Order: sequence, then C-alpha cells, then structure tokens
Amino acid sequence: MNSTVNEQMEVVYHKPQTLTDTPMHYCPGCGHGVVHRVLMEVIDEMGIAERTVGVAPVGCSVFAYHYMNVDMQEAAHGRASAVATGVRRVLPDKFVFSYQGDGDLAAIGTGETIHTINRGENILMVFVNNGIYGMTGGQMAPTSLCGMVTSTSPYGRDAAQVGHPLKITEMIAQLPGAYFVARHSVHTPSAVRKLKKAFKASFEAQKEKKGTCFIEVVSNCPSGWKMTPNESNAWMEQHMFPHFPPGDIKVPASMK
Amino acid sequence: MSNIIHDENPKLMKGNEALAEASLRAGLQAYFGYPITPQSEILEYLEEKAPQHPDTVVLQAESEVASINMVYGAAGAGARVMTTSSSPGISLMQEGISYIAAAELPCVIANVQRGGPGLGTIQPAQGDYFQAVKGGGHGDYHMIVLAPSSVQEMADFVFDGFRLAEEYRMPSMILADGALGQMMEKIYLPKAGSLPKQDEPWATVGKPAARERNYITSLHIEPDKMEMINLHLQDKYRKLKKEVRCELTNVENADIILVAFGLTARICNKVMELARAKGLNVGVLRPITLYPFPTEIIAQYADPMRMFLTVEMNAGQMVEDVRLAVNGRCPVYFKGRMGGMVPTPEEILLEVEAMAEKQRITNQSAGYL
Ligand SMILES: Cc1ncc(C[n+]2csc(CCOP(=O)(O)OP(=O)(O)O)c2C)c(N)n1
Ligand code: SF4
Ligand SMILES: [Mg+2]
Repeated sequence: MNSTVNEQMEVVYHKPQTLTDTPMHYCPGCGHGVVHRVLMEVIDEMGIAERTVGVAPVGCSVFAYHYMNVDMQEAAHGRASAVATGVRRVLPDKFVFSYQGDGDLAAIGTGETIHTINRGENILMVFVNNGIYGMTGGQMAPTSLCGMVTSTSPYGRDAAQVGHPLKITEMIAQLPGAYFVARHSVHTPSAVRKLKKAFKASFEAQKEKKGTCFIEVVSNCPSGWKMTPNESNAWMEQHMFPHFPPGDIKVPASMK
Repeated sequence: MSNIIHDENPKLMKGNEALAEASLRAGLQAYFGYPITPQSEILEYLEEKAPQHPDTVVLQAESEVASINMVYGAAGAGARVMTTSSSPGISLMQEGISYIAAAELPCVIANVQRGGPGLGTIQPAQGDYFQAVKGGGHGDYHMIVLAPSSVQEMADFVFDGFRLAEEYRMPSMILADGALGQMMEKIYLPKAGSLPKQDEPWATVGKPAARERNYITSLHIEPDKMEMINLHLQDKYRKLKKEVRCELTNVENADIILVAFGLTARICNKVMELARAKGLNVGVLRPITLYPFPTEIIAQYADPMRMFLTVEMNAGQMVEDVRLAVNGRCPVYFKGRMGGMVPTPEEILLEVEAMAEKQRITNQSAGYL
C-alpha cells in the first residue's frame, strides 16, 4: 500500500546537483544559505555548472566552495572582483560570479568593485548586504544603518563621525559598464522567486557578454544583530529596506 | 638547469622590453600591471604588441593590489600569467603573493627595483632583497627568486621563472633593478613557442560532471591541517634547493671573494679585473638564484685563508645570508650604497685593497709568511 503511494509521489523540490552534501556552517536563519541555494539552483537549471567558476572572498561565506559544487576560488578580503576579472579574462567563454559581503565589496574592496564594473567585466557580482561584519563578530560595516549598534559602534553609528551607510549599488549603477543592477532579498518565498529571476537574467546577459550584472541581496545577520531569525527579518524590512529599497535599479531595455 | 633555445640573430634591446618580449615568446596568456617607473615600458610594450597576440590578455589594472589578485584568479584558472612592478608596487602586492604561495599557484612577478624606503627614488637599488627572499608578506612562504645581471638574463629568466613556477607550483620573482630595466644590450631572445606548458588538472576552468570540483584556497581553519600545509610547503622548498644557481669567476684560488647579485655583480667583475691587475687574487661569486640561496656553495669556499666582501645596493641584506653560510669561518665584510646610488668599481677596489692589507698583516702576525 505504502509503496504504491511512494511510486505515485512526484518529486517537486530537491537539492540541486550544484550543492554538495556538506552541512552549511551558517547560523540558524542566516540569509547566506538561502542565497547559496538560489544561485546554485539557477546554475543547475540553466545547465551551466560545467562552465561556471565562482569566487568567494573572506567573510562568512568564505567556505562557499565547500557547499557550491562548481569550480571555485577563495579570494583575499575585498579582492573577489579582481580575482574574478583574472578568471573571466582567461576563460572568456565561461560563466563567472563573485559572492561578496558588504565589508568586502563596499569597504576594503571598493576600488576593485568600481573598476571591475567600470570595465564592464562579464561577471555576475552577488553582493550580500547584511549591514555588518558577520564573520569577525559583528563590527560596523560601510552599510550599517545610522544609529545601528554594533561591536565597534556601541553607541550607534554616528554619521557625523564615520559617514553614512553607503549605497554602493546606486553608485555603481551610474557606471556604463553596469548592465543590470537590482536589489533583492531572501526573507519570503516571493522575494526568493524574484532573486532567482534576476540571477537567471544575469547569466543570460553574461552569455551575450553585455557587461557586469550586479545583484545586491539585502540580508540579515541574526548573530551579529543579536536577534532571533524572525526578529531579524522583521527588523530588516522595517529598517534596512527604507535605506536599501528592493527592486530594479538599472534594467537594460532588452530585459524589460 | 635552464636550457633555453635562442634566436640565431641578436637584437639590441632595453632590459624592460627584453623581459616583455620574452614573456610573449614564453607563451604568456595574461599580464596584469600598473604603471610605475622604472618598469612602465613592460606594460607599454605589451599593450603595443597586443594586436599581434590576440590570445594574450594584457590589462592595465587600477592598482597593484588589483593586479596581483587578477594574477591569482588567472593562475588559478590555469593560465601562464605575469605581473611586473617596482618596489612600492611590490609592497602593495605582498598580501596577494602570500595567498598565491599558499594556494600553490604558478606565476612570474618581476620587481624592477628602485631606491627606498618610502617613495624613495626612481634610481636603481637592491633594497628589496629581504622582501623578496624572506617572504615579504605574512606567513612562512617563499618565492623562487632569480636575479638577472644583464639584459640577456632579463629575457631568459622569464622562461626560467615560468618553468620553475609551474614545476614547483609557486610564484617566481625576477628581482632586477632600474638600471637593468633601462639599459640597452645586445641579446639573443629565447625562441617563441619553446616553453612547453603542461595541463593543470587542479585549475578552476569549470567542473565536468565526472570530476570533483576544483577549488583554489589558502584557508585551512583547523590548525593541524594548516600545519600539514606548512610542512608540505617547507618540503617543497627543500626540494627546490636543487635548482640553486650561482656563477663563480676565479674563486678557486681567490684570497678575497666578492659576493654580489644583479647589477652589483657586474660592477664586481670590473673590480676583480682592476684588483688582479694590481696583483690581488680576487674572485666573484654571483648568486643567480637568491632563493634558493647558494648557501652550500658559499660554505665550500669559507676557510680561514679567505675573506669575503659582499657588495649590495642596500644597507646590507644579502650579507646576512652570506654570513650564515660562512658561519664564522672567515671574515665577511660589506660594502653598500643606498637610495639609488650605484657603487663605482674604484670605491669597491679601495675596500678590497684595505681588506688585502688587513689579510697581509694578519697572516704575517700569524706567521704564515
Ligand atoms: C586584509 C584583511 N583585513 C581584515 C580581515 C578580517 N575580516 C575577515 S571577514 C571581514 C568582514 C566580513 O564582512 P562582510 O564582507 O560584510 O561579510 P559577512 O561576514 O558579513 O558576510 C573582515 C574585516 C581579513 N581577513 N583580511
Ligand atoms: S554571523 Fe551573521 S552572516 Fe555570519 S553566518 Fe552568522 S548570521 Fe550569517
Ligand atoms: Mg556583511
């Protein structure tokens, strides 16, 4: 009886080939794991895994190569887009992505970020913005919100002293080399679906060598924010979204 | 040992251009660099030749930090890749070089040195010896360090650099200086296509379904694993010792051995001539590989009847390694000029004569005469 039921059951959801069986080390409720999964699903569904190389720099996702079942390079803090440039330039017909945090992409690696995009490198840059330095224990990031308490801004971020949360995504959208720029999140199923579409469109554009695709994912860091996963998602919607509103930022006519 | 196949006909070339042309002939697949005197001609030369080499990537990066990380990416993808710079730029690359050494990626890095510290001067110097041979960046690692002393070697060492880098999976550095980069000499260029390249099964080029994924990393969070990696690197550096190269001129019966690399070795050859004309028995020992250092070769000549004079364009860096090799068996003197000043043969000769006089008195009082 049971076996008949099993035979009739249809698999509607499964782990993509592009994820390994290694259990992820991310804190419960952390967005990184979901972003990994969405990215790998797209690569799997598009059938481009054999032609994809990823670059993940220092940050909580530095071990991405343990989870993403594609060829990967670990990069120095801030240098992922330079490393990805090196890979893409010598493998012009492969797919290359970088996967970077906000400290990595918008502080120590700002120069590389701007110039990589200004050259219009044919890569996808995935920018996971959790407004904090997750890996090093919750220090202030370039994207930490004003008033946000972190271990290095214990009285809240004071813009007069340390500047305002950097909207690097809006900045780089100005560059001619930026082809497709969007901001998404992974805290609801519908948000995940939108992100998936954006990743897919980015790899399609890469096939055509259109320039840099840049997808920011506004994410959470329950541990660094000292919140439960649910609290962190609510806080993200309430506080992060007003400053970093999800949506398309630069969409080429061909994608509209 | 190197066995490079050369053109039959010579060319008159500048050191920097010879290095650049040799890299193209070595089958360079990618070059990333940032302008800095006295080596900008390398990037300029490669940019100019780019149309004739459509399969070679030549990219002016936004900084030396970016250059070295582009090198990391391209090397990790299995390409034959080079960057070049001069002292301040090489300082900026140190973190990246440490990553490259740790991830065991082959590449060639040329440092056409200028006088420092700081912004210093654009004149030639050898002040980056420590940085080149002792690590430079963080952690226990080494590069293969080749020290050319002619335009011919500026070209040849690109071939040797790639060959060794690929064989040992580690970065090679060509440690030149501004004078070698700028001077013109007659050279025989290495023949294009004469440096075979093996397949790199570890490279990240996209994972076929049938193989495990490749990943390039220097991260091993468990200390026991990280120590294993260190032991492996140290083992590799021990094996590298067989690649040591050194040029010996008249050292067998010399009373005074001049030890110098690069440009200063050429000057010392002149000193040797002048000294021998004056009846002084002087030889020159030129380390060609600064890492691995010719410790055993120097040790072989270190006996109480001899004296060493190390000559460098710095405050005394290689002399420390010479003293370690000599290990107290005979005196080791040092003559250095700094900040872009090139020592003249005459001023070195004065030093040699003073040493010879000291040797004469010592030998006399010891009753050797
Ligand atoms: C040169 C250098 N400086 C500092 C560090 C320490 N460090 C590691 S990750 C990190 C910040 C990571 O924050 P982010 O990029 O936002 O990634 P997250 O962990 O939040 O995902 C820092 C400062 C380092 N590894 N290298
Ligand atoms: S520290 Fe923050 S970003 Fe890092 S895994 Fe934990 S929740 Fe995620
Ligand atoms: Mg972060």
